[in-house]
Amino acid sequence: MKKVKIYITLKQGVLDPQGKAVQDSLQTLGYDGVKEARVGKYMELTVEDGENVEKKVEDMCAKLLANPVIEDYEYTIEEGVTQ
Amino acid sequence: MKFAVIVFPGSNCDRDMYYAAKDALGEEAELVWYQDADLAEYDAILLPGGFSYGDYLRSGAIASTSHVVAEIKKQAKKGVPILGVCNGFQILLESGLLPGAMLRNQKLKFMCHYQELIVENNKTMFTTAYQDKESISLPIAHGEGNYYCDQETLKELQANNQIVFTYADNPNGSISDIAGIINKEGNVLGMMPHPERAVEDILGSADGLKLFQSVLNNWREAYVTNA
Amino acid sequence: MLQTPEISPEKIETDALYKDMGVTDEEYQLIKKIMGRRPNFTETGIFSVMWSEHCSYKNSKPLLRKFPTKGEHVLQGPGEGAGIVDIGDGQAVVFKVESHNHPSAVEPYQGAATGVGGIIRDVFSMGARPIAILNSLRFGNLTSGRVKYLFEGVVDGIAGYGNCVGVPTVGGEVQFDNSYEGNPLVNAMCVGIIDQKDIQKGIAAGVGNTVIYAGARTGRDGIHGATFASEDLSEESESKRPSVQVGDPFMEKLLIEACLEVIHEDALVGIQDMGAAGLTSSASEMASKAGTGMEMDLDLVPQRELNMTPYELMLSESQERMLLVVKQGQEQEIIDVFKKFGLEAVAVGRVTDDKRFRLLHKGEVAADIPVDSLAEDAPVYHKPSKVPAYFEEFQQMEDYYPVVKNHSEVLKTLLQQPTIASKEWVYDQYDSMVQTNTVITPGSDAAVLRVRGTNKALAMTTDCNSRYIYLDPATGGKIAVAEAARNIVCSGGKPLALTDGLNFGNPEKPENFWQMEKSVEGMSDASLKLNTPVISGNVSLYNESNGQSIFPTPVVGMVGLIESLDHITPSFFQQAGDAIYLIGDTKAEFGGSELQNVLENKYFGKAPAIDLDIEEKRQNQLLKAIQSGVIASAHDLAEGGLAVALAESLFDKELGCEIKVDGDLTVKLFSESQSRFLVSVKPEHQDAFEKLVEDANYLGKVTDYTDIKVESSGELVVDEPVKNLKALWKGAIPCLLKSKD
Repeated sequence: MKKVKIYITLKQGVLDPQGKAVQDSLQTLGYDGVKEARVGKYMELTVEDGENVEKKVEDMCAKLLANPVIEDYEYTIEEGVTQ
Repeated sequence: MKFAVIVFPGSNCDRDMYYAAKDALGEEAELVWYQDADLAEYDAILLPGGFSYGDYLRSGAIASTSHVVAEIKKQAKKGVPILGVCNGFQILLESGLLPGAMLRNQKLKFMCHYQELIVENNKTMFTTAYQDKESISLPIAHGEGNYYCDQETLKELQANNQIVFTYADNPNGSISDIAGIINKEGNVLGMMPHPERAVEDILGSADGLKLFQSVLNNWREAYVTNA
Repeated sequence: MLQTPEISPEKIETDALYKDMGVTDEEYQLIKKIMGRRPNFTETGIFSVMWSEHCSYKNSKPLLRKFPTKGEHVLQGPGEGAGIVDIGDGQAVVFKVESHNHPSAVEPYQGAATGVGGIIRDVFSMGARPIAILNSLRFGNLTSGRVKYLFEGVVDGIAGYGNCVGVPTVGGEVQFDNSYEGNPLVNAMCVGIIDQKDIQKGIAAGVGNTVIYAGARTGRDGIHGATFASEDLSEESESKRPSVQVGDPFMEKLLIEACLEVIHEDALVGIQDMGAAGLTSSASEMASKAGTGMEMDLDLVPQRELNMTPYELMLSESQERMLLVVKQGQEQEIIDVFKKFGLEAVAVGRVTDDKRFRLLHKGEVAADIPVDSLAEDAPVYHKPSKVPAYFEEFQQMEDYYPVVKNHSEVLKTLLQQPTIASKEWVYDQYDSMVQTNTVITPGSDAAVLRVRGTNKALAMTTDCNSRYIYLDPATGGKIAVAEAARNIVCSGGKPLALTDGLNFGNPEKPENFWQMEKSVEGMSDASLKLNTPVISGNVSLYNESNGQSIFPTPVVGMVGLIESLDHITPSFFQQAGDAIYLIGDTKAEFGGSELQNVLENKYFGKAPAIDLDIEEKRQNQLLKAIQSGVIASAHDLAEGGLAVALAESLFDKELGCEIKVDGDLTVKLFSESQSRFLVSVKPEHQDAFEKLVEDANYLGKVTDYTDIKVESSGELVVDEPVKNLKALWKGAIPCLLKSKD
């Protein structure tokens, strides 16, 4: 099994009001050093070993998990626990 | 004329759309469960609002992968009128039938109230009953209605007259005040405001009825002899 | 936590472990007697939740019996998921209010969301389509960060759940007072419509029939929620977070559609939602009501987590679950309906004839209890009651009379009080229009929904002025019912019935119990007089934080029938030139008033008086005038008195008014005397109106220049642009939320 970790964020240039709200809120709490906050999604998939895992993950991100019009994604593929 | 109202798990404006077509407009309408879809027999397809699949992942994303959307794409190619409202609009965007994407409202809150719109293009099959630049009042009810597209797409939308409705007072941060857009071919309209909620005076406005009447009139002109 | 089943029955008794579950020594002895042996761990847990206040009403039962529950239109009174009232044409309206106070205090979003989900299930489990949600919310003052967090979270939770599930949130009320600082109140009411032939009951009838579990899987969330709701909130509550359930409105939406399809299946015998105390209460109540028993194999219950114990399975309050009893041999018909919606439905047990509640787990009997003992044998406590010292003191006081120098300034201040200020910030987040029946949207006295396919409409409201109830529970209880009825009448409806959401402090304090007793008496008197029987309700006790009780807050949810769409009446002025009248008498009554709060920052003295004969007369007069077609708008006078009601009547259409008042200006403008209405009448209807309401006081006219002008003894005492007042009124809550602590 492989553990796939996917991180999805809004593209640079797309307004992220949630990130802005988080940043403001952190500043209110006194964390003045926070210059930017961006809010995104994190997903974990457990995927069977096999050929082209990376290609498949790439497809999944492009077809469903992220919307390329507004979102960027990155992922890591790690050896997971064997079951 | 016969309307199909597609019902996804989590659709919740399906009945409203059905009543608008059936009672307010006075035409045939059927609720079509997304799994039972044979769309060949319908003259127009309505994608209602709601929270298909709970809006999980992204609004409209999961519904856009369903078999029925593939069917809808086929009908779209044939020129069948397709209207997506609210979540229906989001599904049209996610499925690529319309360009762009939806972001959360700028104020990060769901909002529900009447909103003034401008009819920017009254030459489409959905809007001929309106005056050019007519100001109309329709309800909005959404948390993710902040329309976004890149500058290139926006220029294209403008150049092709694809922006059909704009907000007179932008409530959600949509780019260029966009409230509704149509495809290049002119038969797929997506809009965030709810015309089906404004088809009777008792509900506060009947401005939405003209949209359904436009579809009907144009269909009659095209398909009914001696119309 | 007490979650290991290995703890022996002996140890439970010797170490008094039952106390951790909220069972008292006496109750434990009673359980032992009923069982004829020591109860095991699972059984003790089952008794603890079924005998909690939330499920058994053990402390409030003697009071609830005082409520009038019958009436000519009542089809179902208290005892089922929700009450039902006949509205003619073979249809009925189904409604109930429920609280989710304690969960909302620790996790406001999920607490409020699951509160909405729970009350919707109560309504559709009767077979009705939910058509509207209302709510009644109380928070501390919007000055602390914690209160703002609770307020925003609760509103977000109600919106998140209600909007997704497709039931419009059409009305409600929000009030703010320090007594709710650590213990907000979140009461949600759901209204449904049903064809009378489709009314369902939660019964497990027919020996041999199959018990089916449908909906979400069972996890460890919300274990002991019912007991949690029956304890004081303390600093420790924060650490009880795991008790809070998480809602899935998408699942609920599918459940609604599936259940409304299932009720048309011949195979269905009974259906009930798994609310507080989950599988335990739904299963045992269904058997108890039918006079049968039930046996369930817990290994068959769909489970979300591994290695769940019988105790956890029975006490879990996972959301969006239903229990059905289905004719033997016809299970598949039912299962197929759920399958269409992608929902799990599995047979988990059967109806037996031995009146036992028997649970099997991994081949062993995990619990075996006489089923009636759970639902019916819970002890009933007659708590001692004592008149609080503050009440006697308040009654002795001279009538409070406020000194006001600048009436215009006071009006501005009042309009910015959060309790009076516009709640648009709140209700704009709710989808109030889905289902396309909403005729009068939030922000009016009552919400109005037309009944599709008929010429009728339903008016609905929630109301409760807890300040009056704190000052004088009996009087305040009457006012709460009367005010709800006034809201209904103003919109053109005849009040049909009510649901009560009783929120009080710890009943073990005799002063608190006295408040409960007296307010229930007052509510009962008014219900009888106004012919609005109590058809359903909810009791939430132990609403305290750090030793301070909330103001007694028995929320009234009321539904009325508008016989013709022509009778639907807005609460604000419609047109310049219309005449403005005040119906009802104004006396110097400022105890518990908003003005008292503004000037003194506390409430004291006597509550405004109410005479139920006069109340009934006034309501009948107004309803008759509305039905005769002579009323353009009607608004009841509440917090802030006439001046606030006038201003509110002008905001929607941004009109102005010119009125004259004589006598004591402060009294006339700001007193909160009861049984009063502000109406507007078209000039051509004035004669007819004055014949119908002979003693109505003519005040002046609606104008098209947009100032509010009040003249007294030849002097202009209020002269303000309506736009300015509206901006203050609308901006108050957003402004408070934005300001930093």
